[in-house]
Amino acid sequence: MEHHSILRVVSKLLIPPMLVFALYVQFHGEYSPGGGFQAGVVFAAAFILYSLVHGIDALIKIVPPRALHVFSAVGALIFAGTGVVTMLLGEPFLGYYALAENPVHAQEWGIVIVEFGVGMTVASVMLSLFIAFASHNPRLDDKDW
Amino acid sequence: MTANVIGIAIIDILLFTFLVITAIAIVRVRNLFAVAMLAGVFSLLSAGLFVTLDAMDVAFTEAAVGAGISTVLMLGTLALTVREEKPPSHSVFLPLLVCLVTGAALIYGTLDMPPFGAADNPIQTHVAPEYLQRTPEEIGIPNVVAAVLASYRGFDTMGEVFVVFAALVGVLLLLGASHPKRDDDVADREKE
Repeated sequence: MEHHSILRVVSKLLIPPMLVFALYVQFHGEYSPGGGFQAGVVFAAAFILYSLVHGIDALIKIVPPRALHVFSAVGALIFAGTGVVTMLLGEPFLGYYALAENPVHAQEWGIVIVEFGVGMTVASVMLSLFIAFASHNPRLDDKDW
Repeated sequence: MTANVIGIAIIDILLFTFLVITAIAIVRVRNLFAVAMLAGVFSLLSAGLFVTLDAMDVAFTEAAVGAGISTVLMLGTLALTVREEKPPSHSVFLPLLVCLVTGAALIYGTLDMPPFGAADNPIQTHVAPEYLQRTPEEIGIPNVVAAVLASYRGFDTMGEVFVVFAALVGVLLLLGASHPKRDDDVADREKE
């Protein structure tokens, strides 16, 4: 894809705003539409765009699939772990009131933490799925499509 | 107000028209690359319909997952298989009859539905007002969808996250964690 200079330039312009937008959707999700699921997908989409332009090997170089597999499990464990922590603190599973003195703050903390877990799992799963499919592909010329 | 309603009605009619055209094209076209792209278009149009229904969170998800990631994954799968759909080996009339009968039954079912958007619909009188009332007091965040998703229905959402994780495990078991040769490549690079 070395000859696609327009694609390379446009992707270079697009990827940083995509990553920032994903973080905005993740951490502003309590105030505007969005949350972990959407943020994770947008975050993964930025890396997929990079891979579409620069090739799958360049992507594997910056995000090793093994690390992604670990991250996808860690995200789910952050969610479930929050539930276990609240249980140990004497509340029901995922009863966020245990997380802070002020009940409203406790709820907000709980939501931010579990949404972070959701975002982590969704982003790494989407990216791993893409790598799993794309790394099996034989090399395709543009004309093959 | 009426101008607004008419405007939304026109947008709805346009989106539904394109949706039907896209669906018919998906059925008719035999080139699977075109089908994958049209499926993305279908998702994007659905996202537009969700926006006119004021369901921003759903529209966002549909646009990102349906039109974005699903299309990429479908194209990735397509590269592993053939590009052309085989012509049907049997008559299309029985499937068409099944579709028409099912569609007619569904449309017959909608005749019993309460009027669209009415204030006394079951959806407006069951748990929704309770969530809308309790969220500002108990959770203090403006996005009620996030409050329901992560707090009131947190256990369900945890299930969803594990479903996403299970999907990855399934794909990795079927396709293998990564291509053996690529693994060596990465290992070589890490040594350097």
